[in-house]
Amino acid sequence: MAYKTVERPVLTTAEKLYLPAVMKGLGLTLKYFLKRKKFTRQYPEEPTVVPEGYRGLPSLVKDDEGRVKCVACSMCEWVCPPEAIRVIPGELPGDDPVEKGPKEFELDTLRCIFCGLCEEACPEEAIFLSETFEYCGRSREEMIFGKEKLLEIGGVRAEGVKKWKKEADAGFSRKGPRR
Amino acid sequence: MTFWTDVFWPAIKILIILNAVLILVALLVWAERRISAFIQDRLGPNRVGPAGLLQSFADLLKFIFKEDVTPGHVNKPYFVLAPALAVMPAMIALAVVPFASTLIIADVDIGILFVFAISSLGVYGITIGGWASNNKYSLLGGIRSSAQMISYEICLGLAVIGVFMLSRTLRLQTVVEMQGDGIWLFGNHYGGFAKILDWNVFKQPLGFLIFMIAGFAETNRLPFDLPEAEQELVAGYHTEYSSMKFALFFLGEYAAMFVMSAVAVTLFLGGWTLFGLEELGWFVQLLIFLGKVLALLFFFIWVRWTLPRFRYDQLMRLGWQVFLPLGLLNIVLTGVLKLIFKV
Ligand code: SF4
Ligand code: SF4
Repeated sequence: MAYKTVERPVLTTAEKLYLPAVMKGLGLTLKYFLKRKKFTRQYPEEPTVVPEGYRGLPSLVKDDEGRVKCVACSMCEWVCPPEAIRVIPGELPGDDPVEKGPKEFELDTLRCIFCGLCEEACPEEAIFLSETFEYCGRSREEMIFGKEKLLEIGGVRAEGVKKWKKEADAGFSRKGPRR
Repeated sequence: MTFWTDVFWPAIKILIILNAVLILVALLVWAERRISAFIQDRLGPNRVGPAGLLQSFADLLKFIFKEDVTPGHVNKPYFVLAPALAVMPAMIALAVVPFASTLIIADVDIGILFVFAISSLGVYGITIGGWASNNKYSLLGGIRSSAQMISYEICLGLAVIGVFMLSRTLRLQTVVEMQGDGIWLFGNHYGGFAKILDWNVFKQPLGFLIFMIAGFAETNRLPFDLPEAEQELVAGYHTEYSSMKFALFFLGEYAAMFVMSAVAVTLFLGGWTLFGLEELGWFVQLLIFLGKVLALLFFFIWVRWTLPRFRYDQLMRLGWQVFLPLGLLNIVLTGVLKLIFKV
């Protein structure tokens, strides 16, 4: 047999009248209408809590001595899928173990897709995806964030790689596995 | 015929009533959005003005400043005419609604006939709008609307006949007055709180039920909002409309809802009477009337956010095979009871 007979439920008179079901539905919606707890978050007043591991705007960080961690190796620039990053390296003065740093570091926030690859690729733990998601500008140029702005968003991260220390002081070898 | 009684006072009354109703309609849109939000565990518009009360006025400004697009393929004269036709009937029907014992624009003897005659014109706005848009969704919406409104108009008419068999007049003011003078039971007269039992909703429960359901269909509200069924017809008859023309359709729909509630309150819920409070003057009567209308409007909105839409064949079957016979039955029943109780 090519077809199947579907059993239709037999409705009682009350069900056919439809009105009891309507009353029940109205009661339910009234219950929700009177309920005090609502799910709306009053956004600008009530800050949005982002979950742990949230991937917001990429930002540069400084170490606890206030020095820019980035060494302008351009790994992030190379790995970035939409090519949102542009690093212009520059020489650092003095006889520190670190000789190179970013002269300019541009992040085109309109191109960035928040993939987090820059954070993964960075050998110096200098770039992190922050929890910032509120930023704006009136033109495309304004949406390209420079070094200063990115450092401001990133803040300080004391832990992790400390490239200013000599390898012996830092207690790890550059040649071996890092952690 | 004098200037004062025939021109000046009616003009003042028109001004009061029209403005009051327009403002109420604006607040009604806000209420609809707030209530729907609350039912869905949201907050709804609460930013513009206290508790978002001015939201509708902000929307109105937005509507005025939006570009008024007239698509190239429409029938222009009718396209422009339709929104006006959708608003006018509801506004005109307000003329015979008794807001208070003295606050009525035209106290005509044919009261309810006038309301039905005018409000049934509302279907023209929708149908012409749908047809002139030259778009299949709009046309389908317009056709559905005309079929639906014609079917349910009959039920609406049948439902109120019972009321007029009791009141023996079509004049709405008399219908209200008759509901407010207490009830006679076994030879005793009961006033005070028992006066509420004199309302037609208790004498004509079946009539009230049919009237309300037909009223939902007449005003194209859920569960009978087939003319604009979003999932099937984009937006129905006003798909091609934008800017203020769209706003006029919107206004017409809500004004029609207001008129429907006002008529229901007048015919079945005692109009401007409530426990004898109406003796305090016309302003109290107006407040009582508006309070009842708002309660009914809340019911309209509440139902909209509770019930899903009917299928088209279900709608037609309900109209012709259920409510039409029920309406006739109600008339026969009323006649028989009238004979038995000799009222
Ligand atoms: S942020 Fe990291 S990966 Fe990018 S240039 Fe600086 S050190 Fe290299
Ligand atoms: S998060 Fe991805 S897209 Fe954004 S800058 Fe880093 S690598 Fe480029």
